[in-house]
Amino acid sequence: MARVAQPNAAAGAPELALLRYGRLLLSGFARVFSLLALAIAWELLARSGTFTHFQLPALSEVIVSIWNDVIGGEFFLNAWLTLYRALVGFFICAVLGVAIGMAMSRNVIAHWFFDPIVSVGFPMPKIAFLPVVILWLGVYDVSKITIIVIDAIFPVIAATVIAIQGVERELIWSARNMGASSRELLTQVVLPAASPQIMTGLQVALPLSLIVAVVAEMLMGGYGLGGAMMTASRFANSTGVFAGIVEIAIVGYVLVKAMSMIRRRLLIWHQEAHDPSTA
Amino acid sequence: MSAALAARAPAQRTWAENALLTLVRYSPLLLLAIAWEATAQLELVSTTALPPLSAVIASWIELIRDGELVSNGAASLYRVFAGLGLAIVIGASLGIVMAWWKPVNILVAPIVEIFYPLPKSALIPVTVIWLGFGDASKILLIFLGCMLPVTIGAFNGARSSEQHLVWSARSMGASRLRVLWDVVVPSAMPELLNGTRTALALSFILLVSAELIAARQGFGYLIGFLGANGTYDAMYAVVLTVAFLGFAADRLYLVITRRVLLWRE
Repeated sequence: MARVAQPNAAAGAPELALLRYGRLLLSGFARVFSLLALAIAWELLARSGTFTHFQLPALSEVIVSIWNDVIGGEFFLNAWLTLYRALVGFFICAVLGVAIGMAMSRNVIAHWFFDPIVSVGFPMPKIAFLPVVILWLGVYDVSKITIIVIDAIFPVIAATVIAIQGVERELIWSARNMGASSRELLTQVVLPAASPQIMTGLQVALPLSLIVAVVAEMLMGGYGLGGAMMTASRFANSTGVFAGIVEIAIVGYVLVKAMSMIRRRLLIWHQEAHDPSTA
Repeated sequence: MSAALAARAPAQRTWAENALLTLVRYSPLLLLAIAWEATAQLELVSTTALPPLSAVIASWIELIRDGELVSNGAASLYRVFAGLGLAIVIGASLGIVMAWWKPVNILVAPIVEIFYPLPKSALIPVTVIWLGFGDASKILLIFLGCMLPVTIGAFNGARSSEQHLVWSARSMGASRLRVLWDVVVPSAMPELLNGTRTALALSFILLVSAELIAARQGFGYLIGFLGANGTYDAMYAVVLTVAFLGFAADRLYLVITRRVLLWRE
């Protein structure tokens, strides 16, 4: 968080820095406090007998179940499979989406062809095509990854097109003026200048990939975090279902945090990294 | 010619010119439809995997006529409206209160931060455990899944309301509640509406996934049922109907949003 150096704040006014650390400590405490309160409330509610054990197993049992999954290696197997599907889908989206977006903003025919498809396809609930994809490609990884790509590619295309449109004309003019070829213009001026917004599109696509991966696994069964939850639910093992939610939540949290860390790393040269709001 | 037409201001175009522009713009979709029909008619791929578009349309009409599509569709739309309505009301209030009252923010923000990246589809089996296969479990799922985007939109919007507007309203004697309603809520509106748009798209995704996995009624159930029966042309008809409804809902929402935000220049 505080990686971005703020020379005048840190060096000039040490008491101000102290105040900031104090506030940081306080907000950290508040964070732990409210999550702890939530956990205790869950445990007490489950033990009070208001709900049956099937409806709400105690948090302690859920933690034991997760621990068993971790020790037995099932957690890593399932998490690896889910992550593998989600990430392969995501990378295909990233490469293909940026390529289509670039083609659309450089080529009239590509724009004519893809523009209505994107504007109609983006708001559609494409998950409805899942049974069609199963019909075509079966229930294995290919169809899971395909439905992820169908779902998560639209935010990437849309963000790329808007980002390239938004690149300042002056930048392009001056690069041209200094003799940049159109290839250099693209790789050295347009893409870097557009990268923050493209990144935002990718940050939408990543959680979407994970959502769709979980749904696809739930529907098709087999291994993976979603499939494991479905199996638990079929055997009326509600502790397993809750453990699955916590496991998926952890994977999702790590993925989203990692993405915003990568963003900060990649865009370290960009103005946004020096905004006090992101510091 | 179409480029010259498009360059002219919309007000100057006639009705027929507008229709022509729309046709040119959406012609790729038409081409795709023709390609679909041709591929199926020539049997380039198996017709079970890809029934011709004409057969799909015929079975769509059939589904409308025997009332299956209408009754299942009504069930689905009711779930979306109820879940999304709850999410908007509660989510927007929560977001604005978080921005307006610091202690709430300190307590609630960590919980929001933990639950926001949770893939909401993970909640499907739990809502079924709690509320069964009926409407209530889908409404709960859509509510839980759609609340956070609305909350975050409302929070960001309300927090960014310009401080000098708040100050001048206060100095002119407006009470805190009055400021909240007349200054903070309107300035939160654009981002709130943006978050709601995300929630709208998400609500359809969650609805269809939940109905595909565990339901006895609704679009998703109908898709699964027809697919299991092997009547693929009818299945395609329902899939396309859901996709179109999601698209139409988004367009309708945009039109309404533009109306609401007309006061903003």
